[in-house]
Amino acid sequence: MTTTTVDCLGLSCPIPVVRLAKAVAAIEVGGVVELLADDPGARVDIPVWCRLKDQELLAQHDRPGGGWVFRVRRAR
Amino acid sequence: MLTSGGTEAANLAVTGVARAAGHRRHVVVAAVEHNAVLAPARALAASGFEVTEVGVDHTGRVDPAELAAVVRDDTLLVCLQHANHEVGTVQPVREAASAAHDHGALLFVDACQTVGRLPVDTTELGADLLAASGHKCYGPPGTGFLVASGQARLRPVLLGDERERRRRAGMENLPGVAAMAAAVAARVAEAPAEHHRLARLGERLRAGLAAIPDVIVHGHPSERLPQLVAFSVLYVEGEALLLLLDAEGIAVHSGSSCTADSQEPSHVLAAMGAITHGSVRVSFLRDATDAEVDRLLEVLPAAVAELREMADLDSQAMERAYRERR
Repeated sequence: MTTTTVDCLGLSCPIPVVRLAKAVAAIEVGGVVELLADDPGARVDIPVWCRLKDQELLAQHDRPGGGWVFRVRRAR
Repeated sequence: MLTSGGTEAANLAVTGVARAAGHRRHVVVAAVEHNAVLAPARALAASGFEVTEVGVDHTGRVDPAELAAVVRDDTLLVCLQHANHEVGTVQPVREAASAAHDHGALLFVDACQTVGRLPVDTTELGADLLAASGHKCYGPPGTGFLVASGQARLRPVLLGDERERRRRAGMENLPGVAAMAAAVAARVAEAPAEHHRLARLGERLRAGLAAIPDVIVHGHPSERLPQLVAFSVLYVEGEALLLLLDAEGIAVHSGSSCTADSQEPSHVLAAMGAITHGSVRVSFLRDATDAEVDRLLEVLPAAVAELREMADLDSQAMERAYRERR
């Protein structure tokens, strides 16, 4: 399965959510998008987007350099 | 006590009660309180008090059982707003009063959103302290008050004289107070009739919003303020949407009006587990009309579509793609 990385460091919401939505729509079901973001809104909005859109948030952890890494699997 | 507004009234309630505290060193606040409550509560946490934040469900409402479970015999004060300032959800204040009083604690109710809109009776609510603001009732900005029952002992935050029975020093803003009193009385008199009219407008707006793709309407379906409709538009920046609506002569708020300059997401929406970007708050004025709701519902879909197009994003096409591949 594919893993696509989307770097949204330095970009504010809604851009990380927009880019995640596009990346998830572009991969096959089961594929994974790894999103890097440091906007404080992303920490709230990425997990909520996954829930709203029935996509699977596999992991969310702090980045050493600041911000977070979100791993989202396309579930549908 | 007459104050310079709801903010001072809330600060006086939280900080003033803490200053008069004996052995009780525990304070409970709802996570969705206004910052005028949360900030002084956090200041107490930094000075040796223990502060417990109670979360909310996805409608923004505190679970009374969850709140009751954290109140203890050493709880000094429970703070629960009457209705939320960002999403309009009405809180179970009466139940919170029972929970607080069962343990000998005081209940402080921030009623800035409800005085002049919903019936507010301190005895019925069980509030030992209650704060309100003049300008929310179309009174002058910079006026407000704190009501305290005989049970609520508090020490002043502003020091310097013996006014307000030594609880709030400083000359009162008498012209402002007179105007606030007139405004509050007028609002209370017209509130019952206004309530039904605005609630109906709100229903229409909420129903219309539900038809726009990827718009999430916030708040409780029934336990909410009549004049406030809050929603988030997925994939759109709230401020950008505001500018487009402003160009059409429609004035709405983005997120919390008091924290618009901050990069932090709304603590209310975050506590609800709701989308924080693209957030819009529509507050009906007392003369709001059906035509204004129609106009907003006419302009909004095109404005949303325009902004999503600028982001090169077709949310309906994505939604179709998800369905086809399922």
